[in-house]
Amino acid sequence: MTTFIWIAAVVVLVGIYLSWTAGRLDRLHARIDAARAALDAQLLRRASVAQEIGTSGVLDPAASIVLYQAAHEARQAEEDHREVAESELTQALRATLGEEAQLAAVREAPGGAQTLTELTAAIRRVPMARRFHNDAVRAARAVRRHRVVRYFRLAGHAPFPLAFEMDDEPPAAIGDRPAGS
Amino acid sequence: MRIGIVCPYAWDVPGGVQFHIRDLAEHLIRLGHEVSVLAPADDETPLPPYVVSAGRAVPVPYNGSVARLNFGFLSAARVRRWLQSGAFDVIHIHEPASPSLGLLACWAAQGPIVATFHTSNPRSRAMIAAYPILQPALEKISARIAVSEYARRTLVEHLGGDAVVIPNGVDVDFFADAEPKPEWQSAAARGQDEGGGPRAGTIGFIGRIDEPRKGLPVLMKALPAILAEIPHARLLVAGRGDEEEAVAGLPAALRSRVEFLGMVSDEDKARLLRSVDLYVAPNTGGESFGIILVEAMSAGAPVLASDLDAFAQVLDQGAAGELFANEDADALAAAAVRLLGDPARRAELRAHGSRHVRRFDWSTVGADILAVYETVTDGAASVAADERAGLRARWGLAKD
Repeated sequence: MTTFIWIAAVVVLVGIYLSWTAGRLDRLHARIDAARAALDAQLLRRASVAQEIGTSGVLDPAASIVLYQAAHEARQAEEDHREVAESELTQALRATLGEEAQLAAVREAPGGAQTLTELTAAIRRVPMARRFHNDAVRAARAVRRHRVVRYFRLAGHAPFPLAFEMDDEPPAAIGDRPAGS
Repeated sequence: MRIGIVCPYAWDVPGGVQFHIRDLAEHLIRLGHEVSVLAPADDETPLPPYVVSAGRAVPVPYNGSVARLNFGFLSAARVRRWLQSGAFDVIHIHEPASPSLGLLACWAAQGPIVATFHTSNPRSRAMIAAYPILQPALEKISARIAVSEYARRTLVEHLGGDAVVIPNGVDVDFFADAEPKPEWQSAAARGQDEGGGPRAGTIGFIGRIDEPRKGLPVLMKALPAILAEIPHARLLVAGRGDEEEAVAGLPAALRSRVEFLGMVSDEDKARLLRSVDLYVAPNTGGESFGIILVEAMSAGAPVLASDLDAFAQVLDQGAAGELFANEDADALAAAAVRLLGDPARRAELRAHGSRHVRRFDWSTVGADILAVYETVTDGAASVAADERAGLRARWGLAKD
């Protein structure tokens, strides 16, 4: 009888541990989803403002085309091409808005200052959101590598989380922090 | 936005983290956000209206010094109650890895959690042992902030993952607009030419006198060499500690060149920094940021600091302030003598410093922190008490 009680106690404890770990993993997956949604929002914001600047005709025609093309590609990209397309948009932004003179041209256009504020905010928040996303991915992977999680298939059918890697170095003139920005 | 901030250290004890939280909370309130700070405090301590007490902190030996921490069931219950009544959009926990309120809040909350890591302690055995306990709590944090690139590096090494770097904030204008105090200024700074070449010679030091980590002993060792070159130089020391002991290593004739000001108020600190010809930060280690350097630069004081990683970063790798080899009193003396005799270089440091500190102003730092809040709340529900502990409830055994 005592043996039975012991076995029952162990089974219950193991059950509690498994349920707790599954809950922990579930929370991590929820965190990745939230971080991914936030990253998507920032990337979309960035691409739309870039497209706006590209179509506005404020920049010279060559720069406008480069920027418009990159922004369009970034917005239309399929999931597995997304990282490349977003990196190309980053490079296009660096090429077209890398210098203070070009920023000044945008700022002078009607409504340009507001557009530029939005673009700066999006450009600064993309790396932030990406770091938070990749941090969540790393935490979830660390838990999923656990033997217990693998043997008991606690992750269920959730896909193995992947980091989002891209070039998010801001244009020089936007990246520095001049007074009051 | 409804923001909850968790402070791990006793509110009534002055400290860098507490000041940072106070300034952050007041900055956010000025911007129109609703802020509540949960902090350990004695029940009779007068608290600002936005602070909620989490009970008295208990002094415990931890990590080589006596820390005042909060733990136990009572504190945990208060944290839970604060979370439930606050209905925050985001909570911002400071020092989540210290065994205090930060960790309790991390444990008890779910939803968007932002955490700031202030210290960059070398990996300790306690941390390694506690890792399996810490990890489930720390992995709830949606966004990590490190106060410097150096702090970020240690964080990544110890806990893995990544963090964004947002420096500590300073109210730059408070320091820039302070009125210099004539008795703390040298003749040159007062604009009086008493003849006989350069007359600049007031050196400032602010920090705990009795804490060797703050580096006053290094400065004391360098002082005879400085005074040999510049006999009218004087050293103004502001900070708590035993004054007799501090000057014990100094020849009796030179002791009159050191003035102790004791603990100074924020206003006097700003005035002191405005008055001196050179601010020296000889700290020997354990610094993850160096807010005092930013304050000195805000006040327009040329800075000479030891070449700690964190300091080099704050000083823009030596462009906004000079660096000397850590713990090297001779190098400190040589650099101080050179700077005090070179008004052009000091003016250059002043100009570069006041431009450089704008990135540490609350207007910039506060905007960055808000950007983090907005990023984590973008795709998530608001903060709630974590009901994972309610296993009893799940089985229908809970009383309420």
